Amino acid sequence: MSWLSRVRNSLPFGAKRETADNLWIKCPACDEMVFTKEYDENARVCPKCDHHGRIGTDMRFAILLDQGYEVLPTPQVREDPLKFKDTKAYPARLKQARAKNPHPDALTNAAGAIKGHRVVLGVQDFAFMGGSMGMAVGSAFVHGVDRALKDRVPYVICTAAGGARMQEGILSLMQMPKTTVAVRRLKEAGLPYIVVLTDPTTGGVTASYAMLGDVHIAEPGCLIGFAGARVIQNTIREQLPDGFQRAEYLHEHGMVDRVVHRHELRDELAMLLDYLSPRAAA
Amino acid sequence: MASYLEFEKPIAEIDSRITELESASGEDVDLSGEIEKLREKRATLLGGTYARLSPWQKTQVARHPGRPHFRDYVANIFDDFVPLGGDRYFAEDEAIIGGLAKLGERRVVLIGHEKGHDTESRLRHNFGMGKPEGYRKAIRLMDLAGRFGLPVVTLVDTSGAFPGIEAEERGQAEAIARSTEACLALPVPMVSAIVGEGGSGGAVALASAERVLMFEHAVYSVISPEGCASILWRTAENAPDAAEAMKMTAQDLLKIGVIDRIVAEPVGGAHRAPEKACASLGKALEEELETLGELDSTRLRAMREERFLRMGEG
Repeated sequence: MSWLSRVRNSLPFGAKRETADNLWIKCPACDEMVFTKEYDENARVCPKCDHHGRIGTDMRFAILLDQGYEVLPTPQVREDPLKFKDTKAYPARLKQARAKNPHPDALTNAAGAIKGHRVVLGVQDFAFMGGSMGMAVGSAFVHGVDRALKDRVPYVICTAAGGARMQEGILSLMQMPKTTVAVRRLKEAGLPYIVVLTDPTTGGVTASYAMLGDVHIAEPGCLIGFAGARVIQNTIREQLPDGFQRAEYLHEHGMVDRVVHRHELRDELAMLLDYLSPRAAA
Repeated sequence: MASYLEFEKPIAEIDSRITELESASGEDVDLSGEIEKLREKRATLLGGTYARLSPWQKTQVARHPGRPHFRDYVANIFDDFVPLGGDRYFAEDEAIIGGLAKLGERRVVLIGHEKGHDTESRLRHNFGMGKPEGYRKAIRLMDLAGRFGLPVVTLVDTSGAFPGIEAEERGQAEAIARSTEACLALPVPMVSAIVGEGGSGGAVALASAERVLMFEHAVYSVISPEGCASILWRTAENAPDAAEAMKMTAQDLLKIGVIDRIVAEPVGGAHRAPEKACASLGKALEEELETLGELDSTRLRAMREERFLRMGEG
């Protein structure tokens, strides 16, 4: 089955009533109006300009995994440990994000296979509070890795994050060493760890598990960086170069192994997993 | 005292009053009783102010230009410091300094941020904002420490890793991730102290240790209060609110288990008596290394892993 029919079959587009509001979508890159149905069936890659739009967790599972995968439960963590309140209380923000998203936080794992190669696949969803890394994301990452260790299969992560979840303060920063502990365990167990960088991957996520993969793949044009472009501009007061912090730029500077089109991602991962099979622990 | 912080104005006023009285005192006028009273008042006021600093005020203290910096700790706590330079790939980054040093009888690898103390040195040390080559040097030195059985001491004092074009091009994120990984992999004891500002990834890359100490008025956070406020409140003016909400003081962080021990500062902050501050830090570091010295590498790594895996869940 092609990725296209897999996406079509697994997503409930037909059920949605088509109104003028959701019938068309404007490509964020070329401003071209595209049929929403056509856009979704194309895995949210613009049919006119090839821009890779952001996609949700379920669509990502559908385009990458063989049918019959198991979505793993999101681990429970202490909610709002700091009793954080900015212009709105953190629990209210969480509630709002959960109402709009199918999963309880920004990272969800599934156990399944990519063209027959068994894996645990983690997906970060930018739609959930900017994909930001707090305790739930850190714990989900560790759980995904634990499952991979238990099943002795590779762990593949699709990253997307604006950075740390500020509402969890220092505890969000502590997810950097926490997830790094998990990556170390994969490596010690001789299991492949593949990172797929998607738009956008920035801040503490980039500066921890997103840059520690055995192989780094990036989707074309996606933003990858440590510091935000605005912060850099305010610090150095210089014009940023063209294509700064984009996938191709990172490839050019040696931080990304391969830039791969979303439609080829499943074949690409299967090919890599064919080479990098789990080894006996070192 | 060279400079007073905004909230220290009442103390500054008493100080100038004391100076006035002192210069007015002569052989025929005895103002010593008056001066003594003012001194007592000042001591009470200073002690009281510093016992009740808000998180935002602590941020100011942690950033105070007169606060001891890496070179002061080296001079007052350590002996025979041998700085080692360069990451072997690109450059020597003076924002992060490291080398061999003696702490009492103990030989250690010492690594830390240096902010600089005047315009020339601040520029040279890039205000303590490390670049990828700085973190890669730290990795190199940690590797050295591990192979030769030397404990690692890190002194963290940075507003954050440097946000710049070349830093991004040379893989700032990757360097930080690898430095964190290097901390976690160390087969020797590692003790980190947040001595001033612990700013985000640039701090945690040198502080993923099994024991983390923090000075009484230091701060440690995922983003600066100004940065947090400008994102969540859409204006940096709410920085005091952000500082409050983020829980970035040593006292708060001890409660939630992010740090293990608070090192007391002299009354009025480390900048008022740098040598005293150095002495208490040196003592605390020696005590920690003494305890950890009895543990083998498996136990040390397990301690570090457990610490971060259960962080925030207790």
